[in-house]
Amino acid sequence: MALSGIQIYKLLPQTNCKECGFPTCLAFAMKLAAKQVELSVCPYVTEASKTQLAESSAPPIHLVSLKSNGYEVKAGNEVVLFRHEKTYYNKPGLFVRVLDSEAPAAIQAKIAALDAFKVNYVGIDLTVDGFAVASVSGNAGVFAEAVKTVRQASKRPLILMSRDPQIMAAGLEALKGETPLLYGADADNWEAMAELAKQHNAALGVIANSLESLADLTEKIKAKGLEDLVVDPGGRSFAQALTLGTQIRRLSIKKNFRPLGFPVISFPGDAGNPGLEAMLAAQSIAKYAGFIVVDTTSPAALYPLLVLRQNVYTDPQKPIQVQPGVYEINNPKPEDPVLVTTNFSITYFSVANEVEGSGLPAWLVVADAEGMSVLTAWAAGKFDAERIAKAIKGFNVADKISRKRIVIPGHVAVLSGELEEELPGWEIRVGPREAVDLPAFMKQAL
Amino acid sequence: MPIEIPTDKWPGTVRTITLGATAAEGGTRARTVTVGGEKTMPFMQFEGEIPNSPVVAIEIKDRRPEDWSPLLLQAWGEAAADPASWAKAAEAAGAELIQLSLTLTDAAGQPITPQGAVASVKAVLQATGLPLLVFGPGQAELDNQLMVAIAEATKGERLALGICEDKNYRTIVATAMANGHLVTARTPMDVNLAKQLNILISDMGFPMERILMDPTTGALGYGIEYGFSAMERLRLAALQGDSMTQLPMIVTPGFEAWKAKESKVGTGVPEAWGAWEERAIHWETLTTITLLESGADIVVLRHPASVKLVKSAIADLMTAPQAA
Repeated sequence: MALSGIQIYKLLPQTNCKECGFPTCLAFAMKLAAKQVELSVCPYVTEASKTQLAESSAPPIHLVSLKSNGYEVKAGNEVVLFRHEKTYYNKPGLFVRVLDSEAPAAIQAKIAALDAFKVNYVGIDLTVDGFAVASVSGNAGVFAEAVKTVRQASKRPLILMSRDPQIMAAGLEALKGETPLLYGADADNWEAMAELAKQHNAALGVIANSLESLADLTEKIKAKGLEDLVVDPGGRSFAQALTLGTQIRRLSIKKNFRPLGFPVISFPGDAGNPGLEAMLAAQSIAKYAGFIVVDTTSPAALYPLLVLRQNVYTDPQKPIQVQPGVYEINNPKPEDPVLVTTNFSITYFSVANEVEGSGLPAWLVVADAEGMSVLTAWAAGKFDAERIAKAIKGFNVADKISRKRIVIPGHVAVLSGELEEELPGWEIRVGPREAVDLPAFMKQAL
Repeated sequence: MPIEIPTDKWPGTVRTITLGATAAEGGTRARTVTVGGEKTMPFMQFEGEIPNSPVVAIEIKDRRPEDWSPLLLQAWGEAAADPASWAKAAEAAGAELIQLSLTLTDAAGQPITPQGAVASVKAVLQATGLPLLVFGPGQAELDNQLMVAIAEATKGERLALGICEDKNYRTIVATAMANGHLVTARTPMDVNLAKQLNILISDMGFPMERILMDPTTGALGYGIEYGFSAMERLRLAALQGDSMTQLPMIVTPGFEAWKAKESKVGTGVPEAWGAWEERAIHWETLTTITLLESGADIVVLRHPASVKLVKSAIADLMTAPQAA
């Protein structure tokens, strides 16, 4: 937890020399606590105090970054328990696991397909982040071969899974100049695993079945000079994963408890049921995992998970918006209909996708509703008759069309009277409430 | 090393609400369902008590819906032809509550009448012993007419009548009050709007122990993050002692997920979306688990396969380690 102004003051020289530009050391301490000034402007602060202050300002959850060939997957650095308190920062890495017991050709085909998997959501291309290669054969050569196969099929970051340091070392031989995650170190093998992680500049997964033993283990490994750790507290059921994940997040954020201040790794696929796996992975996304290793290779599961991750990690302080304006869909002609919606990106994409998919031409007028969806904007007074009229006039819609008629969303049907007053000479039509019903409406009613 | 887990001492408790009434209680239900009573955030049983498990309702319609995804119609098959057989099938599929949503017109295109609506409700009450929620077709004046007739014809059953919104709640609340029913209060993804409507309803003298709050949520991919955060904030406010937010939350992930294109349709969509039915079920279950973990007490679902998965997740979550 960050220190208060008074706690910082106690670490300062307390001479009130004013060289920092502030009248007293206490005033400077207050500014430091508010993160409005850098400690370096104090010429007399002791090294010991510097270390202590740096320690206290370090993020409560250590940032761990896996790297390979220009790809980077970051987890950690989170500062809140609930996204509305600020935002969540680093989306948990989504990794797909392959077993070294699978045939090399099967591994190759699977990884190549997943590596190429790309799905567009509100204009963003979503992909999986990397792969986990698990040793189940117990054979170092087989594991090394599997890692090699995966590395040839994809350049994305990897997680290597074995508890045997010799097998792990064999797998690492195939990976040069990158930062994988080694999973992992437990009470029995931690010294050898820590040594390997150090040699290869890798991050290290730490495994225990209670928070107490996990904290003991991370402390021992940190004492060996390793900082980039990822923790697995053990729980695999919904209840245990949620409880342990929340407890670790609380300890980090509320108590700045360093021994567990690391990203958590989860394995939803251990549930052994694809339906439950996807739900467990969803839980991991909203409730605090830093790395998620799934076994599913199905786009039908990966797509919703990637979308959920995108949603939960949206910064609630700034809604995603599209530029207000007139959007042409399917090359509209002057006689084609004019549809109105708000500039919340999801609203825009829902409407645009439906109309585009129907093949029907239309002019889509996106009004500036400060990035809110139709109902929310309407409730907040950001999508009223005045704003819609302003958009119609401001974007010179009348110059582009031959028939003065607009279609407003069904959710704001109540605005049609006022709109007729704001836009004399225009016909106001009430469309469906949901974008998905637009094509039918356009075919039948327009 | 010994670790002390930080816990909050919440001063507030979510109200406990019972749906349905047995014969002894003046109704005809085989059993009642009680929700609410939480003294901590969802499933944080190491911190406080969660006396009642969240429950799964299945949404049925008074007639075969024309605008539902073919996947849903296929899953319910012949049962969806009339509300009584649908209610039976829903109960067999694991529903703990039935939500009957009324349709604007009947199969022949004739407008719904109060008599017709009452007949549908009675048929469902006959067919199942589960407590019932009844939602109007969503047009204020018509909803009011229908709800008054239904409330009077089912006096004492402790149905949950919907939907109360800030523009239209008085008639439904009054008839629920007179006939011993509950109401659901719906507001669009906003803490203050939710609170405001609860205040308006309780200002009519309606007991808070009979209000379910529907904060609306958005589906996965379509604004679920707003619903998620509004629900977390509502539940935190309740635990912090804000009496007007201390109501169990009902959410409709079935409705939300199945209106998303990802669930609704199987053709003309990108190949990267994967197999339709599998994707559609994930869409519904992922929306649901996210809402359960932000505070939902009642989740209203549509597909029987989702019901099975969600119930299994809830049963698991309720085994969370308890406070010593």
